[in-house]
Amino acid sequence: MKFSESWLRELVNPALNNAELAELLTMAGLEVEENDPAAPAFDRVVVAQVLEVRKHENAEKLNVCQVDAGLGGAPLQIVCGAPNVAPGVKVPCALVGASLPGDFKIKEAKLRGVESFGMLCSARELGVSEESEGLLLLPADAPVGVSFRDYYQLDDRILTLKLTPNRADCLSLSGIAREVAALTDSRYSPVAIQPAAVTIDAQRAVHLDVPAACPRYVGRVIQGVNAAAATPDWMRRRLERSGIRSISALVDITNYVLMELGQPMHAFDHAKLKGDVHVRMAVAGEQLELLNGKQLALEADMLVIADGSGPIALAGIMGGMPTSVQAGQTRDVFLESAYFAPAVINGKARRLGFGSDSSHRYERGVDFGNCRQAMERATELVLAICGGQAGPLTEALAELPARAPVTLRVPRVARVLGISLDVAQIVAMLQKLGLQVGQDGERLIVTPPSYRFDINIEEDLIEEVARLYGYDNVPTRAPSNSLAMLKQDGKLRPALAVKLALAARDFQEIVSYAFVEAQWEADFAANTAPVKLLNPIASQMSVMRSTLIGGLVSTLIANLNRKHERVRLFEVARVFHGVDANQQPEKLAGLAYGPRLHEQWGATATRVDFYDLKADVEALLAPRQARFEKAEHPAFHPGRCANILLDGVVVGVMGELHPKWVQNYDLPAAPVLFEMDLAALIQRDLIAAKPVSKFQPVRRDLAFVVDDAVQYQDILDAMGSAKSPCVTGIEGFDVYRGKGVPEGKKSLAFKVILQDTQKTLSDAEIDLAVSQLVAALQQRHDAQLRS
Amino acid sequence: MSNVQTLLDEGLAALAATADPVELENVKAKYLGKSGALTELLKQLGALPPEEKRSQGAVINQAKQAFEAALNGRREAIAAEKLNQQLAAEALDVTLPGRGNGSGGLHPVTLVKERIVALFQSMGFEVADGPEIEGDWHNFEALNTPKDHPARSMQDTFYVGGGKDGEPLVLRTHTSPIQVRYMENHKPPIKIVAPGRVYRVDSDATHSPMFHQMEGLWVAEGVSFADLKATLIDFLRRFFERDDLQVRFRPSFFPFTETSAEVDVLGERGWLEVGGCGMVHPNVLRNVGIDPEQFTGFAFGIGLDRFAMLYYGVNDLRLFFDNDLTFLGQFR
Repeated sequence: MKFSESWLRELVNPALNNAELAELLTMAGLEVEENDPAAPAFDRVVVAQVLEVRKHENAEKLNVCQVDAGLGGAPLQIVCGAPNVAPGVKVPCALVGASLPGDFKIKEAKLRGVESFGMLCSARELGVSEESEGLLLLPADAPVGVSFRDYYQLDDRILTLKLTPNRADCLSLSGIAREVAALTDSRYSPVAIQPAAVTIDAQRAVHLDVPAACPRYVGRVIQGVNAAAATPDWMRRRLERSGIRSISALVDITNYVLMELGQPMHAFDHAKLKGDVHVRMAVAGEQLELLNGKQLALEADMLVIADGSGPIALAGIMGGMPTSVQAGQTRDVFLESAYFAPAVINGKARRLGFGSDSSHRYERGVDFGNCRQAMERATELVLAICGGQAGPLTEALAELPARAPVTLRVPRVARVLGISLDVAQIVAMLQKLGLQVGQDGERLIVTPPSYRFDINIEEDLIEEVARLYGYDNVPTRAPSNSLAMLKQDGKLRPALAVKLALAARDFQEIVSYAFVEAQWEADFAANTAPVKLLNPIASQMSVMRSTLIGGLVSTLIANLNRKHERVRLFEVARVFHGVDANQQPEKLAGLAYGPRLHEQWGATATRVDFYDLKADVEALLAPRQARFEKAEHPAFHPGRCANILLDGVVVGVMGELHPKWVQNYDLPAAPVLFEMDLAALIQRDLIAAKPVSKFQPVRRDLAFVVDDAVQYQDILDAMGSAKSPCVTGIEGFDVYRGKGVPEGKKSLAFKVILQDTQKTLSDAEIDLAVSQLVAALQQRHDAQLRS
Repeated sequence: MSNVQTLLDEGLAALAATADPVELENVKAKYLGKSGALTELLKQLGALPPEEKRSQGAVINQAKQAFEAALNGRREAIAAEKLNQQLAAEALDVTLPGRGNGSGGLHPVTLVKERIVALFQSMGFEVADGPEIEGDWHNFEALNTPKDHPARSMQDTFYVGGGKDGEPLVLRTHTSPIQVRYMENHKPPIKIVAPGRVYRVDSDATHSPMFHQMEGLWVAEGVSFADLKATLIDFLRRFFERDDLQVRFRPSFFPFTETSAEVDVLGERGWLEVGGCGMVHPNVLRNVGIDPEQFTGFAFGIGLDRFAMLYYGVNDLRLFFDNDLTFLGQFR
């Protein structure tokens, strides 16, 4: 909602300057989003008349003009390049000494040898309009010599309100004025509207076929209008300052009434209508060409204005092209001033992809008590500007919406707002807003006016009280509360702890979009049926991800392009396996790429690999120990991929990016990645401490030669199942292939720790325990003890 | 007897001239060894008369003790010098960088989220969460925003296919559905904050199609607008660590609160909007089976990205989603 301050002040003029007025509106919930001067600063520009024009001798496109700028004495000689300069025209003229927008100073000058004492101006040069063709031509009655700023009322400001949907009553100058008056206790002078003199009988019958959707339709025929009449400057200026382009006098008048009173109006070309008008629901498939040029196939839930030939307007949203008024043709008009219920308008503009000033208002609620007044106002303006003869005002009327009284309990105000006001104060506030207030002890029975669509329950009234009282005046009260401590589950750690652990291991957290390219889902998750967005913002953001891998890989690529060589990233986010709440688990995924260590002295550069990342994963899970099982996953190298299991349940996967993705995504080398369920990572076991043995541990190193195909875990499992209780730890420390080990075999070396809690172990006990381990390995994996 | 003194002087001079332990032991042998000069003098004592033996013996012993003391002193001095040489040789350039892994960091929005959550936890707010693909009910209807309500155009919504029973599915446009879900499963008193990712069809320098919000909700008997103001002002002053921070509440509209407000803080360049809030609309309470006559409550929503921008002086929202390691590396 955009309007000129001077227009508002004509209706209500509180003793506030521009900044104070803007502050008042903002603090009343009518947020002033912009507050700009109507025109940039300039001075010494006056209304002038061109007396004489002759060609410049040395310049094809220039003219030398004699100009009366009202200074008395001889006319000013001014050289002008505008094509539309002509003897007799009135234009703004910048005098010598003027400074124009853009810090442009007017001086005496010689243009191709001819002296010039000033400049004739275009609208654009004065910052009055964005574009202009040549000089700004002023009406013939413009008084020569008068300051152009005053003449054009440029010392005005344009306010833009960001109105919330509940305040439809402020979508007009009158509505804002009413509100300002209530807030400032100043006088609101409504536009004085006189019923037009009815001089002809012409009228058009209107039938309300759907009275709930349209219970009031006020119409009037005006014959013999001059549709080509010029819109008066004052009206054009006000419309322009409200951001509405002048089109033709009749259209401008309907727009002006819309802005002034908040009542959308429509003008039909009376001669093009056939028979009676019906306000009815469209029949699905009916066609209507709208004013914006769109050909619409109507749907059954759309309300239309129709005549004998079919739909002629989409009610409350837009008129039809065939019956619209045309400046050169229209002689007789039929004016509409109606009330359409929000329920029948709501959502239509969104569905169609376009709305209008009219639909914006009907959606939120138009004052159904104002239709006749608006018609009289429009009639008055048409007769004054376009001439013509007015027929009688006709009204089709059904049951108007009821404004049900709302009860306000005074003690409830204190309870909800935390302030105590007495009954009289509250009554006064509500009455200021034009609400009718009846009193029954501490219960107020409040009836809102027809222009308020947002007062339906007690809380709505409480908000009005708070607004008038001033939110800033509500005391801030330190809240009191029962001081119950929050629960702390010892079996869970905060996700933050996991994130910090990863950050400590040199990973940087990122945030990437949850909607990704469909291709990423196919590549990294073999997911050909991802959850799809119906209205994606871009095609590469069209599906919901089921894995975080794509975001990590694309972030890697972006950072490689920014010349980072070593990249270690992680992200914690939800993924989407489906649309149900339980199909949106949180995952933690990480990526490592490039040198193991950042480049530094005294360390050889080796690339990070599967086992480096595995150490990170193990550290994240510690003290819980995961098992890693060889696995296949669409994102990963089939020989370098493992499932991560806790208590036999897969909680994640890790691996080296598949070579084909390394190639497809143009990566210089393969990153390693993991992805795990966050829920598994935050699980902890409660710690129950065990006693520590006082007896010395014994270490035995064992090396076995096994087939290459035997996995480390196999050996560990075999030893684990055969170990005696005194074996407290088994850990591999070397893997060797080469000299001394046959082809196709490898040597695995283990450190075995033996310890008893009750005594020092004897050599015999130690030997026995070790031989049990060796025997088990020989039996199960044909392992040979290496001497 | 002057030859004893002469011998001693020679010996002390020889000790002083030694520079390493081997030479020192040679000098020691020369004077104190089996056939050393002082040893020889002692051996010759036996041939002297008793009177002379005693006095001469004392003189020689004194000389021997003096030599031994000087020997020890010299030995320690040589050892000390050797250690000093070794230490000097082992000296490091302590200004060379440390070796090993560096450290990463958390995303600035995470850091700010944790800071905010910690402030509210200190006031007894619990943390709640919910799904990001939401049904129309939880995202809109339960929050008193029926289909076709003009307020829906305030939040341009991403729609998702695959809903059941005809309920449209959306990417949640705000964290408010979490309050609905929480209230469906808990009875007052309820005191939660709910941070999370939210989505709107919007993308420019100040809007990202995915961003972060945090919802707050306190429903109990007797919670009023005054409590709301106090809680948010307290929070904002603690967050920005400015006890004199100017905060204002101005009327606004949200379908799910009645007495609704926008919250602004006074920054260097004027008032800045930092969040929306209000008293929970009775319809919302009724929708989740809470009696609005008995319980009242307030809710608020703040933009975590916006708080991170203000806190760290970041002026382009998109930086948070570009994931440039140079940018992110600043937040350690």
